[in-house]
Amino acid sequence: MMLIPCPHCGPRAHAEFTFDRPVEAITRPDETPDALVRNLFSRDNPRGPSRELWRHTYGCRSWITLTRDTATHAITDVRPVGADA
Amino acid sequence: MSGGHRLSTGGVIDRSQTLRFRFDGRDYAGHPGDTLASALLASGVRVFGRSFKYHRTRGLLAAGVEEPSALVGAGEGGRFEPNTRATDLHLYDGLVSESQNRWPSLDLDVGAVNQWIAPFIPAGFYYKTFLGPPALWKLYEHVIRAAAGLGRPPQLPDPDRYERRAAFCDVLVVGAGPAGLSAALAAARSGARVALVDLDRRLGGSLLGDPVTIDGQPAKDWIDAAEAELRTRDVRILTRTTAIGYYDHNMVYLAQRVVEPGARTGTDGISQRMWRMRAGRVILAQGAIERPLPFEDNDRPGVMLSGAVRTYLDRFGVAAGERFVLATSGDDAYRTAVRLCDAGLRVDAVLDSRPSEAIDPALLRRARDRCPVETGVRPLRAIGTPRGVTGLEVRAASGTVKYVADVVAVSGGLTPSVHLHMQAGGGLDWDEGRGVFTPTAPRQGQVSVGACAGRFQLADALSDAWRAGLDAAAATGGKPVADTPPRSETWAFADQASAFVPAPGVNPKKVFVDPQNDVTLGDLDLAWREGYRSVEHQKRYTTLGMATDQGKTSNLIGLARLAENEGRPAPQVGLTTFRPPFIPTTLGLWAGEDAGFHVTPLRRTPLYDLHAAFDPPWQAVGYWRRPRAYLRAGETLATAALREARMVRTTVGITDVSTLGKFEVSGPDAAALLERVCATSVSKLAVGRGRYTFMLREDGLVNDDGTVWRLGEDRFLLTSSTGGADRMAGLISYARNVLYPDLRVGAANVQEHYAAIAVAGPRARAVIAAVVEGMVPPRHMSLDRGVVAGVPVLVIAASYSGERAFEVYAPSHQAVAVWTALAEAAEAQEGGLYGLEALEILRVEKGHVETGGEIDGRTSAHDLRLEKMLNPRGGYMGQLAQQRPAFADPDRLQFVGLESLGGPIPEGSMLVERPGFAVQGHVTAAGIRVLEEGFVGLALLKGGRARLGDELLAWSPTRTASARVRVSEPVFHDPAGDRYRD
Ligand SMILES: [Zn+2]
Repeated sequence: MMLIPCPHCGPRAHAEFTFDRPVEAITRPDETPDALVRNLFSRDNPRGPSRELWRHTYGCRSWITLTRDTATHAITDVRPVGADA
Repeated sequence: MSGGHRLSTGGVIDRSQTLRFRFDGRDYAGHPGDTLASALLASGVRVFGRSFKYHRTRGLLAAGVEEPSALVGAGEGGRFEPNTRATDLHLYDGLVSESQNRWPSLDLDVGAVNQWIAPFIPAGFYYKTFLGPPALWKLYEHVIRAAAGLGRPPQLPDPDRYERRAAFCDVLVVGAGPAGLSAALAAARSGARVALVDLDRRLGGSLLGDPVTIDGQPAKDWIDAAEAELRTRDVRILTRTTAIGYYDHNMVYLAQRVVEPGARTGTDGISQRMWRMRAGRVILAQGAIERPLPFEDNDRPGVMLSGAVRTYLDRFGVAAGERFVLATSGDDAYRTAVRLCDAGLRVDAVLDSRPSEAIDPALLRRARDRCPVETGVRPLRAIGTPRGVTGLEVRAASGTVKYVADVVAVSGGLTPSVHLHMQAGGGLDWDEGRGVFTPTAPRQGQVSVGACAGRFQLADALSDAWRAGLDAAAATGGKPVADTPPRSETWAFADQASAFVPAPGVNPKKVFVDPQNDVTLGDLDLAWREGYRSVEHQKRYTTLGMATDQGKTSNLIGLARLAENEGRPAPQVGLTTFRPPFIPTTLGLWAGEDAGFHVTPLRRTPLYDLHAAFDPPWQAVGYWRRPRAYLRAGETLATAALREARMVRTTVGITDVSTLGKFEVSGPDAAALLERVCATSVSKLAVGRGRYTFMLREDGLVNDDGTVWRLGEDRFLLTSSTGGADRMAGLISYARNVLYPDLRVGAANVQEHYAAIAVAGPRARAVIAAVVEGMVPPRHMSLDRGVVAGVPVLVIAASYSGERAFEVYAPSHQAVAVWTALAEAAEAQEGGLYGLEALEILRVEKGHVETGGEIDGRTSAHDLRLEKMLNPRGGYMGQLAQQRPAFADPDRLQFVGLESLGGPIPEGSMLVERPGFAVQGHVTAAGIRVLEEGFVGLALLKGGRARLGDELLAWSPTRTASARVRVSEPVFHDPAGDRYRD
């Protein structure tokens, strides 16, 4: 179980968080349909650093982004998101 | 000559006390400090069980958790625990235990006939034999189930508790043998918060009963002093606690036996405890596991690991037999031979496969002072019967020689226990000469010390571990002390040669590698010849290492055989994955307190107690519980539901809809946010008005539906379905915070702030007028505020039932008074309460789609006939994805109604032309006409919108029910909406 450093709450157990999506899957209504399909369904599945959107759902409920190495689960560069930033 | 016996002296057991226990219906006695295995061995028991496939008799191979064969069931009734190892079960008074895989008894076993047909049960037997059409599996299953499986499950509920705890430490030390104790002392003296765990009942590990000295003290005194010091330094010492899994970021799961398997619990009722330990640094000192040697019939009772024979002698004061021979490829067996001789036991020979020049002369001399030692000798086969071994046949330079023995102690080298290191993502180095993988490249800062790092010398283990303890303390903020590490004599017992290959002339089909799953060298060879050449394929095809011991004594031997067959070095062949848990665990340990009522949380609406007073049948809706109907005397659920539905159609009914999702969205950009979340237009809604709405997922499919109300210019109330409420809360937050952080808007989830009560029926207006002081009931899809019984309420006029209806929103803590007033007013209008079943009947007749029914995650707005409501200005989530070609496919499943031409339509049934024909759709909801005759339903049908009038069969082969149906418009009740008008 990973230990995720929430920028608001400090290090907390993985169980308090929900993974939402890799940041490239954050799609916007003004994209082309091709880009949308690529970002939603045809993303790379990297072995290595992956920039991801998470939420501290069972804590402060804030959204955060972080870089997780998919091979080692090392977590770096955690940042608050949007209105909570 | 017969089996083992207890010696009059020696061992760390308490001979002054006797513990009585039963095994297979016979009474035995042992002493505190015994395991079940040592006590039975001391009583002369040799056969502990039978093997899984061939039902061959099996005895003790080991003395620790690696034991593959001596599995027992322990305890009685709900406390019965199958498949536990006799070597890992500490004796207690009153223990009731039994062997496994034997019928009717260990002595006479009907299943043992399997070993005579062994040539016909080769590797991959199941894959090859049970081929054919699926129907045959119904037959095969009985055969396989009867023969397969270990032990038997308990038949009664478990009366005990299982606890879960979270804990933290700077330094976690796994294993309290010499290395673990040394590391824990160093870390604790350096100021670290230390936790020390060991699966045994006491600290000491391999030192228990060992006559070595440390820092000039007998090992026992050194252990006691170490434990005392650790306790004064507040080290958390957990005994009977096994580190079963090493997860990410130094999270280690620890399984603690509060009481022994099958034993009665203490006053706290706790049987086992699962610790989730988060450590700053982890020091692994798990030791090593000895490997057996490959020769024919090496699974006979009495063939034991050399180290185990020594453990039974030194720790438990038990001689495993009367006459011993030792077969070895390394130095470790010499220690055993010396200990046996010094205890006055008869050792007929030490048989070393190495040439004499490869053996330390001092070691040879020391052994030869006590017993004969033959070098360059390799074991061929065990001699004996199913009751046990009687001797060993070996190949010497002079030819074949037979030795008489009732214990054949074997040592094929030590395998470092790298399980946790590998679970933590570490790597391995291969030492060809010694035949060991040693840990390297730790990924989580874990460090392995002592035998689990391939450092078998006691002196090395003590000093390495000390250094690791200091380093771990320094890494977590401690100050390393300058003390010197514990010192011990060294003895050249640590050398070993790999001995994976049997002597020439040995039949590999009779050499057991994995005794629990009955896998032989011959099976491995066969699998290789048949093309199973990856280590993972070999494992699954032969089942090597897939038994409850996970191949602790066998995996490396199997790997070496594969490497030999492949002609490649072992590291290139690779290892199978080391998966948690390290030892088998009971399900209760994982369930913890999450059993029975606590399996899921129960969410109660503010009106829960009022419903519960009726003792209604409940429907679980997510974590909520809603009454299905309010039954009267003599009613069934179906008749009560129909009565309630008729009441709503003719007079008035009230029902609790508090579980619906509710969101308040406010701010200058509130409408803008809602028009991104909802697929319908919102901004044109007048203050005081509301409308039906639905939301799409990003892939364009319908996500959920509800209503949206404009409470003020900048303030909206959005409702969603009960099941979709949490999903919508996440979606709104995502839109608000991630996609559009610049919008000036706040969104609050007010689901539990307000109770909601639906009032529906031709007399709903009269109820509202009577109860809400001075209110003219709002028009359909309008809202107003008022006061009921002194409580401020919001009244919105919306209908799910197809009747003129209202929803009354009241603060949760004041909702009971509002419900009571509404219920009384409804009764005065010849109405009453209705439940979820009536709600369903009414909505099906009205043709409303439902999340989880027609909104099933596969339907688009067009499929559900909602496309005309899509916001023509666009800009909403999911809009773009609807342009994908699949959305225009005319064969999509589309929402239709069904009128039965006969009886009830089976819910969930498939729509076909005739039985066995292609499936064209399915029935999502079955219903009944409320005030007229007939049965109706809702369905999703291929191209359904163009098929009105078609006749089909709603067919359910699993329920053997069917009905002829005609495809229709989905609205059966008041299609024009006349009943919403006053
Ligand atoms: Zn947080």
